[in-house]
Amino acid sequence: MEIKILNSGKTLRVNQDQDLSSNTTKILVRDLEMFYGPVRALHGIDMEIKEKAVTALIGPSGCGKSTFLRTLNRMNDTIPGARIHGTVLIDDVNIYSPEVNVAVLRRMVGMVFQKQNPFPKSIFDNIAYGPRLHGVIDKAVLEHIVEESLKKAALWNEVKDRLQTGALELSGGQQQRLCIARVLAVNPEIILMDEPASALDPLSTAKIEELIYELRKNYTIVIVTHNMQQAARVSDFTAYFYMGSLVEFGLTKDVFTNPLKKETEDYITGRFG
Amino acid sequence: MKNALSLKFHGLTKRSFRWDEVLSDFLVRFFALIPIAALAFIMMKIIAKGSGAITWEFLTQAPSQGMMHGGIFPCIFGTLAITLLMILMALPLGVAAAIYLTEYAGKGLLFRVIRAAVNNLAGVPSIVFGLFGVGFFILFVGRNLDAVLKTGMLFGQPCMLWAAATLAVLVLPVIIVATEEALNTVPQSQRAASLALGATKWQTIWNIVLPQARGGILTGAILSISRGAGETAPILFTGCAYFLPRLPVVNLFGFIPMINPFDQFMELSYHIFIMATQSLDAVKTLPIQYGTTLVLISLTFLLNLTAILFRVHFRKKMGTVTV
Repeated sequence: MEIKILNSGKTLRVNQDQDLSSNTTKILVRDLEMFYGPVRALHGIDMEIKEKAVTALIGPSGCGKSTFLRTLNRMNDTIPGARIHGTVLIDDVNIYSPEVNVAVLRRMVGMVFQKQNPFPKSIFDNIAYGPRLHGVIDKAVLEHIVEESLKKAALWNEVKDRLQTGALELSGGQQQRLCIARVLAVNPEIILMDEPASALDPLSTAKIEELIYELRKNYTIVIVTHNMQQAARVSDFTAYFYMGSLVEFGLTKDVFTNPLKKETEDYITGRFG
Repeated sequence: MKNALSLKFHGLTKRSFRWDEVLSDFLVRFFALIPIAALAFIMMKIIAKGSGAITWEFLTQAPSQGMMHGGIFPCIFGTLAITLLMILMALPLGVAAAIYLTEYAGKGLLFRVIRAAVNNLAGVPSIVFGLFGVGFFILFVGRNLDAVLKTGMLFGQPCMLWAAATLAVLVLPVIIVATEEALNTVPQSQRAASLALGATKWQTIWNIVLPQARGGILTGAILSISRGAGETAPILFTGCAYFLPRLPVVNLFGFIPMINPFDQFMELSYHIFIMATQSLDAVKTLPIQYGTTLVLISLTFLLNLTAILFRVHFRKKMGTVTV
């Protein structure tokens, strides 16, 4: 489906027009506030993230979109002085309640980082790292997981003959797909992506986007991106953040064609940001 | 326009000669050469005077006939044994302390206090460590252990165990600082990747951080060994002996030979010290002194070389992760 962005000559391809609002809610965020020491980084965020759909977080640098992303798998826990108020429910479990096992949560909510960060190990050992952590030792099972994960990440054909070579010898784009495969290997339900293609060339970016489009069939994906076209191409829902607040949230086709707020329109059409 | 141009490039083709440039150039070069010259002088003298003493007998025999003949094998054995014991104690402690400082401590008051303590420990004169070893390890820990365990006079006397423990405290700052540096070179993105896959903090440290830091940690360990191997003052009162008729070896279960940590021992640097200061005719023992010094320095060089090779090996093996 091709859509025309209002008030600008640009057109964008939006990947589908099926109705996703009937999908079940996977993540429910209520009145989420986040502090770095005395600085409030997130202001009362309310959001419903749908299952098996791609939700894009957009907004100018420092608007809190990456911070918000990291509250969903509690990666902010590792930052000294970070505090949180409000609730994040994943499958109706508040992930900030004291009895939650953070390691299990992070296994369920995988994360792909802005800069590809493979371990200085072989391709095989990179993928097998997660499963091994979680107790898989049978070699045949590991081989199966590695193959499946690499296939899902569309990397298998490029590396199947050299699984024992170092992961750092791969190209940047291949490394990022390896990192996605590494996340898939622990069988998550949600995948968080923090500008996964911002350090890659256009060709590798296209491959990552295709991959995201494939993965949304089986996973709930939340992606932070600076690239408006990318948000329009890959996402079903779009959330616009500004100064730590959620300004607008809705179906991507609505947000891009008929935004409710003036600020969103200004940002999307490039008049601001 | 023309005037401005000619002014700007005035002197372009004239070589200038400035005294301060020439002098500073000469001085920095000269001062940089001094350490090389000093090392070369020491090495040449020791090799020239010591290599004559190095024979198979010298390396494999015990001293005999009032230390004037025979070899220094018990000293070589003692040096190797005590540095082995030392590193077995110092490495786990130092690495654990460095892991705490880099991975757990944050940057608060406790961190700064420990940091300051480590830095000050590195500045304590080695003779103070020797006295500390007597006072703390032998008289306090040892005597009390004997009293509690009713072992008679076993722990409460100078022996290899306490000498090694004293050396371990001495080299602890070296290991801590080297390990801290090594841990800090592992990018945060590596820790994040592991944590995000559901690894616990310790799993991340054990599987991702330590393997990437092991080159640096091993380098620190070997440098600390070469530092500890050359020390005399810390072992002076804590366990080394002027002369022992037998090696500090005990047969475990009656047949497995093992270093006996409760024995006293002979040691290379202490051997040089007593040869130079305590023997009846110091001039006659000069060849032995030089020979022993050459052995000790060669041992230290060998260890440093190993450290360098380790570093190169680990750097090559997996490639370095850039931040």
